[in-house]
Amino acid sequence: MVRAITRLGEKTIEQLEHLGHLTVFLMTVISKLFVFPFRYRAVLQQLYFIGAKSTFVIFLASITIGLALGLNLYVELSRLGVQDRLGTAVSLSIVRELGPVITALMVMGRAGSAICAEVGIMRSDEQLDALECMAIDPFKFLMVPKFWATLISVPLLVAIADVIGVFGGYIAGVVIFDVPYGAYWQGVYTSIDWQHLNMGLIKSLVFALVIVWVATGKGFLLHLDKAGVYGAEGVSRVTTQAVVMGSILILFFNFLVSAFMVA
Amino acid sequence: MTKLTADTFISVDKLTTHYGERLILDKLDLSVRQGEIMVIMGASGSGKSTLLRTMLGLNRPTSGQVKIMGLDVTNASRKQLYQFRRQIGVAFQGGALFGNLSLVDNIQLPLREHTNLDANTIRIMARMKLDMMNLSGFDNLMPSELSGGMVKRAALARAIVMDPQLLFFDEPSAGLDPVVAAELDEYILELKQAMEMTIVVVTHELESAFRIADRITVLDRGKVAICGTIDEVKASNDERVQNLLNRRASREQVTPDEYLELLTRVQATRPHRGDIDG
Repeated sequence: MVRAITRLGEKTIEQLEHLGHLTVFLMTVISKLFVFPFRYRAVLQQLYFIGAKSTFVIFLASITIGLALGLNLYVELSRLGVQDRLGTAVSLSIVRELGPVITALMVMGRAGSAICAEVGIMRSDEQLDALECMAIDPFKFLMVPKFWATLISVPLLVAIADVIGVFGGYIAGVVIFDVPYGAYWQGVYTSIDWQHLNMGLIKSLVFALVIVWVATGKGFLLHLDKAGVYGAEGVSRVTTQAVVMGSILILFFNFLVSAFMVA
Repeated sequence: MTKLTADTFISVDKLTTHYGERLILDKLDLSVRQGEIMVIMGASGSGKSTLLRTMLGLNRPTSGQVKIMGLDVTNASRKQLYQFRRQIGVAFQGGALFGNLSLVDNIQLPLREHTNLDANTIRIMARMKLDMMNLSGFDNLMPSELSGGMVKRAALARAIVMDPQLLFFDEPSAGLDPVVAAELDEYILELKQAMEMTIVVVTHELESAFRIADRITVLDRGKVAICGTIDEVKASNDERVQNLLNRRASREQVTPDEYLELLTRVQATRPHRGDIDG
């Protein structure tokens, strides 16, 4: 019993210490986000990798979510005889909740894991130390471009996911079932206003910060990992941790932002 | 206490470092003179890598001081450290080349970051260093396409591209066949002669150490076992130094009580490479 409590205490301290390191890491990057010189070329490269290369995955994810949502909501709404409101139901669900969450989870899984593995390998192979020894700040050189690129690309990907998701609902409701074309789009136009788009935008920015923070931070702090294994095993472990932690944080912050904005 | 002379380039004074509760370096004193090749040797776990990292300002010691070119590295601010690091070159054991950059881009990186030279001049300077290291014609290869010896030479080329006054080289011969290792030693000697660099080499390869060293420091369990010329080290009466030189395994004699304590001792905190940077 005592041993179990001791172990719990040790684990808690360990996790708090790790969170502290991650927070210091985040603060350090944020303090350097606006420091000259701005590495626009590196930002463009990262935009291509994080943003452009995620587009197809986001397209597939959002079209299937839109289709599934359209099918399910049609069945329920038609039972109540209000299937004409499908456009409203689909667009609100996607713009406020599903668009940002699905996009963030996909980016975390695709780009976040790759970023974490890349930075972890750089730590493991002493490349980060080499940067330090060349008097090149790894935060400015590596982290800041990744932060900017994620903060720019995730809201844009969310916008794409929103449009494609609503279109998926259209295919399900109008093409497959019998919802009138005009009624569907009328529902979309009348229900979506700035407040909903703002919620999606704020969520996408918060999620972007979570993705890039957890992905880069976990890789960067590989050397402090308590399991103490470097190389491929260490990198794969922190990458898994980053994806799990990032995904849970995305869902948690989704609830927080929703609660805050609804209240 | 470190014996200081006018040409002392690096002075390490009572340096003590820990990993968690484990003592790594124990009040270690060392001095490196300007223009010499100092080889730091020792068995695995003797503390030589920790000493190197502390000298580079990558690890903070528990106590003691490392002064390099007049700067107290152990208490320097980040800005001072970066200023200092622009005057040194470091070649890491595994090369630490950036995998997403070609060979020539790796070499050019310090010049791009720290000088206002135009792209052509930077390219020419990088090619000169590649040529020095016999890597001409491989400019556009990626690090993953290079052999072990080429990676080491590329790391050396990048380390010297800013013409540093001081070069640190971690395990130049590790993982290389004897011929390639000997080649690398020749490059190190050329650097000393041609560019009058002060060079600190960390290694556990005896042949390499005897080929290049002006002086050798042998570390043993975090302390300096001996520091002197090759002949002085070879003539040492210290049993552990002789074991290292003759490649004999040295096992400590422990009493049954000590052995029992060793077995039951709570596991010390795991070593890690350094504190959070930043």
